Amino acid sequence: MRTVALIKRICQEMLRDKRTLALLFVAPLIILTLMYFLFNGNTVDLKLGVVNVDNSLEKILEEANINVIQYDTADKETIVVEDLDGLLEVKNEKLELTLQNSDPSIAKALQMKVNQSVSLHAQSKFLNPNTAPVAIQKKNIDTQYVYGNSETAFFDVLSPVLVGFFVFFFVFLISGIGLLKERTTGTLERLMSTPIRRGEIVTAYLVGFGIFAVIQTVIVVLYSINVLDMVMVGSVWNVILINLLLALVALSLGTLLSSFAASEFQMVQFIPIAVIPQVFFAGIFPLEGMADWLQSIGKIMPIYYAADALKGVMYKGLHLTDISGDLFALVVFATIFIILNIFALKKYRRL
Amino acid sequence: MNYSIAINQVSKSFGKKVVLNQIDLIIEEGQIYGFIGPSGAGKTTLVKMIVGMDTPDAGTIHVLNEKMPNLELLQEIGYMAQSDALYSELTGMENLKFFASLYKLNKVEIKERISYAANLVHLTTELNQRVKAYSGGMKRRLSLAIALIQNPKILILDEPTVGIDPELRLSIWNELLRLKNEEGKTIIVTTHVMDEAERCDFVAMVRDGVILTRGTPEELKAHYQVDNFDEVFLKAGRKDS
Ligand SMILES: Nc1ncnc2c1ncn2[C@@H]1O[C@H](COP(=O)(O)OP(=O)(O)O)[C@@H](O)[C@H]1O
Ligand SMILES: [Mg+2]
Repeated sequence: MRTVALIKRICQEMLRDKRTLALLFVAPLIILTLMYFLFNGNTVDLKLGVVNVDNSLEKILEEANINVIQYDTADKETIVVEDLDGLLEVKNEKLELTLQNSDPSIAKALQMKVNQSVSLHAQSKFLNPNTAPVAIQKKNIDTQYVYGNSETAFFDVLSPVLVGFFVFFFVFLISGIGLLKERTTGTLERLMSTPIRRGEIVTAYLVGFGIFAVIQTVIVVLYSINVLDMVMVGSVWNVILINLLLALVALSLGTLLSSFAASEFQMVQFIPIAVIPQVFFAGIFPLEGMADWLQSIGKIMPIYYAADALKGVMYKGLHLTDISGDLFALVVFATIFIILNIFALKKYRRL
Repeated sequence: MNYSIAINQVSKSFGKKVVLNQIDLIIEEGQIYGFIGPSGAGKTTLVKMIVGMDTPDAGTIHVLNEKMPNLELLQEIGYMAQSDALYSELTGMENLKFFASLYKLNKVEIKERISYAANLVHLTTELNQRVKAYSGGMKRRLSLAIALIQNPKILILDEPTVGIDPELRLSIWNELLRLKNEEGKTIIVTTHVMDEAERCDFVAMVRDGVILTRGTPEELKAHYQVDNFDEVFLKAGRKDS
């Protein structure tokens, strides 16, 4: 009964606090939308200068959406003056590609496209030297994708991680500050003069903020899939389940860390320590390339597991059984944090 | 005699600072007991330990024959903290309802207790306002109402009348006396207002973590051969230094 009273009170306070509600429900959507447009922006026109290049190769390059400009002679100077992204020359029977590389991502993209075109060109010559290469190209190259399709953009791979991260971040912040407010206004201490148990307080906080976390999770997931059109191969229910577990971890970690903060500002100071590092291990940067010790740090980060599960379900279409290891890890994190929470309240009262 | 609170050799330190030093005190049932002393004397620390919100480093505290801290007993202790701990986004009514629902009370009792307590502190008409719109005195009164909400046998009030106007202060004191006389409640009040000390049945003068002197207000006045309480306070302090 006391727990129910406390939950009711937490909800009443939340509903009166319009700013926090907006932060919880609207801010993640705005940021996700922004990210969506940032990463899905149409790729810039690639400008490639060519010297002495085969006509047929040139056609293939143009097919690949490259803006091909012919020169009789050209050098590095030309690239700079004409603002070319690259220069393709045939020198001594060999192809030579010079990249401007002021923006490495553009350079990479151009390099990749040129490589593809060149191999395509070589292939078409080899298969049927008499037919026009353009005609063959479409038939012959039947690209297969294991995950996603030819339309896959960076955002699609990133989005499952982003959904998880925003659920984590906002639930962490709001639950932490919620319990902190209870602490700084003295009402937490005041509660200790009533017959309420520490476990009841922790439970009420988990459920009270949990309700809002559930709503937030559902809104974010549905918005991402239906409005932002994120790749969603697996089941929505699994995505929601993963995010709910992640929210529970965030909730218990937020309230736990708030016991070590004396003010809202100190709570914010936990973000670079507790939240930002998790981003690095969420799969935005490839983990495989990291040093072993770094990889093992990743394994103590809750988001690592959530991101793994989310990518599995949203992008690869994995089933519940495939991600059960990740889910179990999240449950373990939440359980540890919840128990620590009950202990952290001990400084107020032994019982 | 039935005692409701027994404090036995209680000491408490925060870090190196000794805040309470071997306090012994028996408070009998149906009394108003005043702790008076300057700010920083250790009054708040002592009453918090009686409520069980803090534990002594040494010594024991028994309330109604049970060792503190004891969760069950908190049903019988109404506590008013020195600083108002209220939910400012909620209305006075919602605050009262919330605290009431933490105790063993049924719906009818909750309603009755809320209207009684609000009426006592003259807040009935303002109950539907948010607490953040309350004045300091109104918050104090709401805190007092909350302390009374579960109809406890023991009331522990930490500086209850700070910021309350004299007229209301008088009516609150009259109510405290009525609660003691008619309902046999035990009431502990901390204060540094001397005319309030004179209304207590017993007073203990606390200074630097020890009880300098204790007794009925009349006994103390006779002992120091003065006729007003301010002087008792000054003389008791001087004797020690
Ligand atoms: N939680 C605490 N940590 C450290 N010192 C404290 C704490 N609570 C009280 N004190 C110190 O104990 C002394 C007594 O405080 P308190 O009991 O509030 O006095 P009073 O209520 O008589 O004004 C003060 O010197 C105060 O600084
Ligand atoms: Mg005090």
